[in-house]
Amino acid sequence: MPYGPHTGDDRARMLAALGIDSVDRLFDDIPAHLQASELRLPPPEPELQLSVHLAALAAENRTDLASFLGAGVYRHWSPPAVDQILLRGEWYTAYTPYQPEISQGTLQSVYEYQSLMAELTGLPVVSASHYDGASATAEAALMTCRQTRRARVLVSAAVHPHYRATLRTYFGARLEVDEIPMAASGDEAGTLDLAALERLLADRDRPVAGVVAAQPNFLGLFEPMDRIGELAHAAGALFVAVVEPVSLAVLAPPGEYGADVAAGEGQPMGIPAQYGGPYLGILAATDALVRQIPGRLVGLTTDVDGRRAYVMTLRAREQDIRRDRAASNICTNQALLALAASIWLASIGPHGLRDVAAWGAQRAAELESALAAAGAFRLHPGPYLNEFAVRVPDARAVHRRLLDRGILAGLPLAAVLPDERGLEDGLLVCATELTTPDEIARFGEALHAELAASAATDGRVPVGARSR
Amino acid sequence: MGVVGERLQPSLFERSRPGRGDGKIPHPPQDALDRLPGPARRREPPALPELNEPEVVRHYVNLSQLNYAVDTGFYPLGSCTMKFNPKLNEWAARLAGFAALHPLAPDAVAQGTLRLLWELEGALAEIGGMRAVTLQPAAGAQGELTGILMIRAYHHAGGDTDRTDVLVPDSSHGTNPATATMAGLRTVTVPSAPDGGVDVDAFRAALGPRTAAVMITNPSTLGLFEERIGELLDAVHAAGALAYMDGANLNAILGRFKPGEAGFDVMHFNVHKTFSTPHGGGGPGAGPVGVGERLVPYLPEPRVLREADGSFRLERAGERATSIGRLRSFVGNTGVLVRAYAYIRAHGGTGLREVSDDAVLAANYLKHRLRDAYDLPYDRACKHEFVASAASIRRRTGIRTLDIAKRLIDHGFHPPTIYFPLIVEEGMLIEPTETESVETLDAFADALIAIAAEAQSEPQRVRDAPRHAPVRRLDETTAARQPNLRWRPSAGGVMPCPD
Repeated sequence: MPYGPHTGDDRARMLAALGIDSVDRLFDDIPAHLQASELRLPPPEPELQLSVHLAALAAENRTDLASFLGAGVYRHWSPPAVDQILLRGEWYTAYTPYQPEISQGTLQSVYEYQSLMAELTGLPVVSASHYDGASATAEAALMTCRQTRRARVLVSAAVHPHYRATLRTYFGARLEVDEIPMAASGDEAGTLDLAALERLLADRDRPVAGVVAAQPNFLGLFEPMDRIGELAHAAGALFVAVVEPVSLAVLAPPGEYGADVAAGEGQPMGIPAQYGGPYLGILAATDALVRQIPGRLVGLTTDVDGRRAYVMTLRAREQDIRRDRAASNICTNQALLALAASIWLASIGPHGLRDVAAWGAQRAAELESALAAAGAFRLHPGPYLNEFAVRVPDARAVHRRLLDRGILAGLPLAAVLPDERGLEDGLLVCATELTTPDEIARFGEALHAELAASAATDGRVPVGARSR
Repeated sequence: MGVVGERLQPSLFERSRPGRGDGKIPHPPQDALDRLPGPARRREPPALPELNEPEVVRHYVNLSQLNYAVDTGFYPLGSCTMKFNPKLNEWAARLAGFAALHPLAPDAVAQGTLRLLWELEGALAEIGGMRAVTLQPAAGAQGELTGILMIRAYHHAGGDTDRTDVLVPDSSHGTNPATATMAGLRTVTVPSAPDGGVDVDAFRAALGPRTAAVMITNPSTLGLFEERIGELLDAVHAAGALAYMDGANLNAILGRFKPGEAGFDVMHFNVHKTFSTPHGGGGPGAGPVGVGERLVPYLPEPRVLREADGSFRLERAGERATSIGRLRSFVGNTGVLVRAYAYIRAHGGTGLREVSDDAVLAANYLKHRLRDAYDLPYDRACKHEFVASAASIRRRTGIRTLDIAKRLIDHGFHPPTIYFPLIVEEGMLIEPTETESVETLDAFADALIAIAAEAQSEPQRVRDAPRHAPVRRLDETTAARQPNLRWRPSAGGVMPCPD
């Protein structure tokens, strides 16, 4: 065993103390007929060999592409200080701060995380972390049901499809989810259809606990959040805003437009994409919801000597105390990622955060021009921050061919929104401060070449009539 | 008296000075945000702290030094398996090929990670004796929810919609009943037998046509293997219910007991326990779930699939209509799973069996060392952890387990899990793991024995503990009654202080 300390003598000494001749005696309580068959796994790999093996696996992935893929996960620059601090064993090899006297580092960092997120979201109560944006959104929706004692939630179809799917899984067993469609045309195309929301809220037999909408939405567009909040509140429902934290440097915070709960994905705050996680579920709420919010909370207090000290608090919401009446079953969370986000924010500061958001907008505008020059125009008229959809005939095939040219051309929307009419030929693309003018130029040129080639082959540009 | 001691740190917000820390990111053109519509804009910038890098580094390095961690000392927190976290695994997860890969990248560019995930699923299925594994759940508790939702879907598919009860023993983790509630089911708590095992008769009495599932932790949270598990599983299945195994204690039985072979229908793995992925101060973990044949159709999407040509791909949304759906975005906590994969490959089958052998040997040795100083309410061979109790000490001296735990801090050790399971009076759940040397086990036993003597001779010293920690016992009552959950930088720099 590569990491064990015991020599043959050590084991012999322990066995002798126990008065047994073999460790097998300690497993005599496993009934003979239930003893495991042989564990058939590849033989142990010494670290030297294993490191080569792992490096080879990593090299089978292609991460050298010029990437315009966002769709909920965004590439941002992280100062090297962030990861160097995270690599301190005192952070990542500790666990839940059950013993506050020897966990003040973790506890203070969580309190500071709560404070940073409270500033960004404009909501005062922030949980110490959830698994990711999707599960945080599901927990937010569950909060609205507990608080209002109602059993139906409305979610905008322009919320990330994975978040909606997660919400359905969490609700499937006992609560209802209805989707609010997007406006199909006009200036509001691609954003929540307010008239439809009003109709859904008007069903008095099925009162609504919460309304969930994202800002910016999955298609990169801005929703009329204040209006959505007003409609929700007028119907006695709570309002859940799904947010992207970097954008909150420049976008109105949920606390300002009347959201009762904010949920979101903290990955953009310097956390690597790493194929899906670990990320950071952000969950923030008004003071009125402090007893409904699931997950750990850290509070400021004093010790017996009057020193400032931090401690987990309001624990009666949690599973280890409350069991079947807990606010959630969450135990292990994403604490290290909350720490990463805090260090990242502290390192780049408020001006850096604004600049990151502004660079995204700048590069995205340049990208829009380059794609338009290549013949791919936006699908929606509304303004956006750093992500938008363009129409590309036969988007999935073009996307595949661009890969061969070293371009990861965003996300073909048909892959994730197959039922949404009008998006069949959509590519969702984004830019951040890491997107270079050279990459944008390459994307534009490659797309131009692809579109010209297919036009030459077909003699026409196919429009949206492709079968799936 | 200063609130900021030598090692304690002011908050990030107190360190902030306007104008510090600029210059890492070039400024974008002035008009970059001109196209933002008025109503969507933020009026006041967020009052985030302004710091330069040296200050940030000192702040966090000093804070880190206020933490106890596996890398600094013995951390026998029962039920949490605080074993050594190999550094190779941290290096591996940070390889650019793994770390920079977007989760929606086409399968063609993600073959390395997909292969790793596919192989990891296979390894976990082999370890658990299960038919298939999903890597999606982000933590053990989410794995439990996944498992119970699959069981529910299974019953519903068979037209069996009246099964609303989940049976759990009273020694179970709090996540089990909390999970039942999240899945829309009802918890029925079954008392344990006097020997600490499941009370098979009580279970039999509680089982019925309304039972959807039974959740069992084996070895139990008392560190005991359920000797009557075969009998219990037979009864569960005879009642038409399915059996869920909480895999929190898998570190005790690698290569010795495969839950699927024994008849469990579904289980979760806590890779941050058994497979050494770091606990991260509270997370992240990952909670893969293994299932037997009949639950395979209900696995969450997307699964990792291998094509006939040997390439790998992710299942598409809606590809399998029977799936319970998604539990979270994307495929899972992949960065954590890379570490778990590395750990399993480093050990192989023989090494994993040795892990459990050594973990169980260490726990039994430590239990033996404490025999004369503490009560051992379940005095038989334990698995990877055991419960000791200070009930007699308390009756004799008034010193409680909490005091003993705090006194351990003065001796340089992290206390065990205390007052869990709830069924043991003045209990402490001690889990040494396989990566601690005999010298460390002896030193810890010596400390606990010395504290037991001190409880008699100088009880006030125990009550006053810890003396040598960054802070001493905390006022948790005020923290709960007047919650202060955030710094208020906008309050003009006024300390939101404890009065």
